[in-house]
Amino acid sequence: MLSFIGRRILIAIPTVLLISVFVFFMQKLLPGDPVLALAGEDRNPEILEFLREKYRLNDPLYVQYFTWIGNALQGDLGISLRTQQPVLTLIGQKLPVTIQLAVMALIIAIVIGVPAGIVSAYRKGTWVDWLANILALSGLSVPNFWLGIMLILLVSVKLGWLPASGYQPFLDDPLQSIRTMLMPAFVLGTGLAATLMRHTRSAMLGVLKSDYVRTARAKGLSETTVVVKHALRNALVPIVTVVTLLFGELLAGAVLTEQIFTIPGFGKLVVDAVFNRDYAVVQGIVLCTAIAFIAMNILADALYRVLNPRMRNS
Amino acid sequence: MSTASHMPAAGLPTARRRSRAWAQLRTNPSAMFGAGLVAFFVVVALLAPVLPIPGPAETDWAAVRKAPSAEHWLGTDEIGRDVLSRMIWGAQASLLAGVVSVAIALGLGIPLGVVAGYRRGWTDAVISRITEALLAAPFLILAIALAAFLGPSLRNAMIAIGLSAMPVFIRLARGQTLLVMTEDYVESAHAIGLTNGAIIWRYVLPNIFPPLLVQATLTIATAIIAEASLSFLGLGQQPPAPSWGSMLNTAKAFLEQAPWMAMWPGIAIFLVVLGFNLLGDGLRDAFDPREN
Repeated sequence: MLSFIGRRILIAIPTVLLISVFVFFMQKLLPGDPVLALAGEDRNPEILEFLREKYRLNDPLYVQYFTWIGNALQGDLGISLRTQQPVLTLIGQKLPVTIQLAVMALIIAIVIGVPAGIVSAYRKGTWVDWLANILALSGLSVPNFWLGIMLILLVSVKLGWLPASGYQPFLDDPLQSIRTMLMPAFVLGTGLAATLMRHTRSAMLGVLKSDYVRTARAKGLSETTVVVKHALRNALVPIVTVVTLLFGELLAGAVLTEQIFTIPGFGKLVVDAVFNRDYAVVQGIVLCTAIAFIAMNILADALYRVLNPRMRNS
Repeated sequence: MSTASHMPAAGLPTARRRSRAWAQLRTNPSAMFGAGLVAFFVVVALLAPVLPIPGPAETDWAAVRKAPSAEHWLGTDEIGRDVLSRMIWGAQASLLAGVVSVAIALGLGIPLGVVAGYRRGWTDAVISRITEALLAAPFLILAIALAAFLGPSLRNAMIAIGLSAMPVFIRLARGQTLLVMTEDYVESAHAIGLTNGAIIWRYVLPNIFPPLLVQATLTIATAIIAEASLSFLGLGQQPPAPSWGSMLNTAKAFLEQAPWMAMWPGIAIFLVVLGFNLLGDGLRDAFDPREN
């Protein structure tokens, strides 16, 4: 297994390097002289030249790239123009907030999506299946930022049950932290629940037709045992990998969810950086999410091999 | 070259299969419901200039944040603009963003994917590695970053969404081309000396079309949500031009006083995206029976 993971990491290196090229040249798309943006109101030619030298903007592009990637490899993704903090430190500060949101959203997605997928597959062709499919498709079609706004209106403004915004660190007050995060996590989780429901249904449909499920039924086992112990156990292999691959969707969804519920996480950091023209932060975030996404892909492959003995021996 | 005209036209059996698929699509009620929803929004968007509604930027200070009434069917916004009018004009921005973004993704993705699959070797290796790298960045985060670097406007949002959606089409077109290249008719076309361009135009493109059509339909749905998301964040359509996403952004500040401002744009996004998703699912079922 270790050699498999090692091989996958080696294969991922050129991809990461290519991403770094995109991320670096993305900044070069910017119209105008970046030094003018850095200098702000101060257009003194000496200061402009000093900044050009400081940020090595007089060097050829490829030298600038290698300097940037060299620094990035040492954990230096630059300094935020707004806060003057290292980009990596900023990301490190915001990440736990988004991880808490993502974990809660994932739990909600699994709790809704997996049972709905099982029931839908088991009752294929009935009104239950039809209803579950309609709900899943609706979950995929509803913009989660709108769902967030509507829930704030209903649950916070009209009913006053949950806070509409804010964040409480989990370690300071776990109960209040969960209360604050419940609505954003639900908003983020519903779209994922729809994706999970469709995958679970598809995996269960394949498994329910298999010989070993027929054998289990022939042995006189109860339907619950057949479905949960025999069918679901085998259908779990693709479901687990899908859950791992939902990471990208979770991060993208978190950008809007955090914006609506004013949660000071990774997603809000991206949007704030975009509006403050804090390009080092935007570059750092795209690079880090891409690397994390690749890592999750490798984890999904590894999990697939762990859960599926036939893959392990291939 | 004249011999080629005696060859069977790009897979007659394919044409038969395709007409069967269209017939199946027409009998699929949910796909037809989806097509109906899409058609409704397209017609409404196209008729916007001739409908008897106030201009989308026309303000009425005497009717600020008025609830839905006989005069303003969907109410008015924070500066007295008619919400229905802005919804109808906003449909143009949303549908345009969906279609243009996907056209950009298709326009760049198909040639790159077909070339990669057709030529293979190092061309394929280079294009595939670049595609993998682009696929590694989550779609919306890449679109937000690109839109931020290009500058906030509807045009740039469409470019950003199109570029972010492109890798999926490169991968799909490449995979389908590799499949088509193993077919006997492509080998025969090579044997009679057809040029690469002619083979791609006459045999590869028509045969990779159905899965691309399915993907394009589903991607329009994603692109509409992405445009609404970018406009919601202030990176898409700029005020006072209407867009469903920017209407939601403004509405957020008036939830208690004017909830209708937030309700209608969201319902419209939901319905049009649902329409494209139902149609896309129907097309997939029709063109790829294995998906059933």
